[in-house]
Amino acid sequence: MLLVLLSLIILVLSSAVALCLGRVPSRAQDAGAYGAAAASLAGLFPALRTLLTGNTETVSFPWSVPLGSLTFTLDPLAAFFLVPLFILTGLSAVYGVDYLKGYAGKKPLGLAWGAFNTLTAAMVLVFTAGNAVLFMLGWELMAAASFLLVLFEHEKPQVRRAAFIYLTAGGAGALMLLAAFSLLGAGSAVLDFSSFPSPSRGIASAVFLLALCGFGFKAGFVPLHIWLPEAHPAAPSQVSAVMSGIMIKTGIYGIIRVLGFIKPWEEWWGWTLLIIGAVSCLLGALFALAQHELKRVLAYSSIENIGIILMALGLGMVGVVCGADTLAGLAFAGALLHVMNHSLFKGLLFMGAGSVLHAAGTAELEALGGLAKRMPRTAPLFLAGSAAACALPPFNGFAGEFLVYLGAFRSLNSTGSIALAGMVSGLVLASAGALAAAAFTRAGGTAFLGEPRTARAAAAHEAGPLMIFAMRALALLCLLGGLAGPFLLLPLGTAVASGFGLNFALAATEAATVPFAYVSAGGLILLAMIAIAAAKRRAFLGGKKPAEGVTWDCGYAAPSARMQYGASSFSQPLTDFFQPILRKLGQYPVISEYFPGRASFSTETQAVLYNSLYMPVAVRIRDLAFRFSWLQHGRLQIYIMYIVVTLMGLLLWKL
Amino acid sequence: MHTFAELIIVFVILLDLALAVTGSLSSCIRLVAMQGVVAGLLPLLAGSGAPHTRAVIFAVVIVILKGAVFPRLLMRARDKSGARKDVEPLISYPASILLCLGAFIASSWLGSRLPLPQANVAWIVPASLSTIFTGFLLITTRSKAITQVLGYLVIENGIYIFGLALFVEQPLMVELAILLDVFVAVFVMGIAIFHISREFDHIDTAELSELSDWRRGEYGK
Repeated sequence: MLLVLLSLIILVLSSAVALCLGRVPSRAQDAGAYGAAAASLAGLFPALRTLLTGNTETVSFPWSVPLGSLTFTLDPLAAFFLVPLFILTGLSAVYGVDYLKGYAGKKPLGLAWGAFNTLTAAMVLVFTAGNAVLFMLGWELMAAASFLLVLFEHEKPQVRRAAFIYLTAGGAGALMLLAAFSLLGAGSAVLDFSSFPSPSRGIASAVFLLALCGFGFKAGFVPLHIWLPEAHPAAPSQVSAVMSGIMIKTGIYGIIRVLGFIKPWEEWWGWTLLIIGAVSCLLGALFALAQHELKRVLAYSSIENIGIILMALGLGMVGVVCGADTLAGLAFAGALLHVMNHSLFKGLLFMGAGSVLHAAGTAELEALGGLAKRMPRTAPLFLAGSAAACALPPFNGFAGEFLVYLGAFRSLNSTGSIALAGMVSGLVLASAGALAAAAFTRAGGTAFLGEPRTARAAAAHEAGPLMIFAMRALALLCLLGGLAGPFLLLPLGTAVASGFGLNFALAATEAATVPFAYVSAGGLILLAMIAIAAAKRRAFLGGKKPAEGVTWDCGYAAPSARMQYGASSFSQPLTDFFQPILRKLGQYPVISEYFPGRASFSTETQAVLYNSLYMPVAVRIRDLAFRFSWLQHGRLQIYIMYIVVTLMGLLLWKL
Repeated sequence: MHTFAELIIVFVILLDLALAVTGSLSSCIRLVAMQGVVAGLLPLLAGSGAPHTRAVIFAVVIVILKGAVFPRLLMRARDKSGARKDVEPLISYPASILLCLGAFIASSWLGSRLPLPQANVAWIVPASLSTIFTGFLLITTRSKAITQVLGYLVIENGIYIFGLALFVEQPLMVELAILLDVFVAVFVMGIAIFHISREFDHIDTAELSELSDWRRGEYGK
């Protein structure tokens, strides 16, 4: 525990030092990156130890803030979130040194590093806070620091817009959380998590809904996701990695924590989570398929993965209420494991996208192509991340979803709502997996394969050594996570036991041990087969170099890069099918002659929910607000009178 | 001993009424200065026995600030702005004095209801409250920026007297803080008035509504 506090102190200090050194960008980079790396190493150790031993440690200091106390708790659940946090922020900082080098002198790097380390510190605070006031402090600090980072390239209007949406969503979420914590702690002198009284049924449901919405704004599931596809691509790539990899998981963490305060659960809560999760999962994957920008694809994929986690939680809750411990345990374990896995592979993917952006100056899919030849180190790493995101063995994405599948299949031989929940989750998981596979084939294929579509893509260069190092480390962890399933069951079990209950942990561990051994064995066999195939190929070639031709050279006299399948043409059959949901705008040429002339074609995906749900409501509210604009007439005297009247009213009211 | 203090209280209330009906800007400034001086002398007379040296020094500082420095600054602002020499009230003088009287009655009632320690000078709470109200009246019903500064000064006088009611002879810390605020306010306003008159050729704050974010009727058409 003390080491976690030490890492907090390192983060705060290094963030202050980086801010002070803002005038010397290279020094600020050093201060920020060394601080983040040191804090990660210091924090990783106690988090891992807590996961292995299952002990809960608490330290408390007095604090003069009303209702607050400086209580830090490190239990296995928090530790399970802290491990990916420290891994990802440490590696992102390493990555950021190379990534931000080009911005030296153009952008305030001291501020960026200060905000980055503050963001990390705030997340550590969120995961270890044992008091609602302290938690909210961390929560707001996290929102503020990430807001600054989203605004990194503030000269672009779409970035300012993204940051504004992000700030609004964060504020709305925090408001609901304040309400939820007030309801939970009504009547207690200190809002410590350990001292919350058990709420009555009605209050518990209200707290559940408030916490779901409040944390949902951070987690970014549908329909509270609107800020996510705007803000994640806007931030610098290593920050996108942290935001998508772990920051949105603070929402999941919060939901799990609050669920612990409002036991016993009700069945409809589980169904709510399950349905919201299923919708986010499907829509996230579907929208990822229609995006034109690499980082937006990844952002929508994050929505899909948050949906998977939420759906697994919902499945588990239905299982708990219906008394199916094994199903519940497997689902909870799957949800937690996917939290860890998603943060690793999404971090890797965002860093890969950042390398592309860094190399080619754009992440627009239609402007890329042929990067595999120009970035031979980044391309396989991005491929590994994509495979993990599509839940393909032998990578870790498969392991987490496998647990959920296992739970879902187990439920099929029971009856009633358990069977229904299991069936829904299994089907949604499978369809979302297929859509995600299509989305990543499209994104990875368009960016890395074929011929470069623009001069900028043709002039792309390989990423810097520190960037490659960070991505390799994450890819290795993704692979290990897929192969070392049986060894992950112990820490996973302690986390499930601390978050949900010991019986679920035992049931899940018991049910998953043998299948996980098979998963690992299968993964190893697959790797061995790939190795054998590679060796065979080498032996077959016998040192000769195979002939190489231009990609898409199939018999054309003068092939051009524009003859390739583009991102939108690749996905057109699928996106046309889902047009009623996607509602993309576009113009298609109609070919009516034998020798068609010039034609152009365009598609544009719109943020459907933002445009058709949030905008009308916002416009309505704005119109309503303007009805009262006569109150704001600009006459100073009357403004002062408002204040006088209010003060007098308050005085008389209290007399 | 307290008779003299009570006389001063009555004088303060009369000055409030006079402020409500005075039309000339320079008379207003003089009245406010006079009120500040008598209010500053009040702690020396309200306590029993000889006053502390600290209180004497403090009273001297206040009398100099309110009786000489502030009026001089305000007169200078009045001359520099080159605006009309009357206060340009938004409501008529009879209405002003009626409001002022109403405020006095309301503050008498409030003074009897407020849970305050028993003051040893009669009428001190109502007088302070009605002075505060008069200050607000000056701020809200006069259109010039300079009368708003005067209003703040009157409010400050009221708060000062109120502080006397609460801690006889020991309002120093409270007063010091407020005085600092008001000093800054007068300073800032002096600059602001100067700039307003330079930019707009007048110091009528009503015209500042031009600067409001949302002009009426402009949106939505």
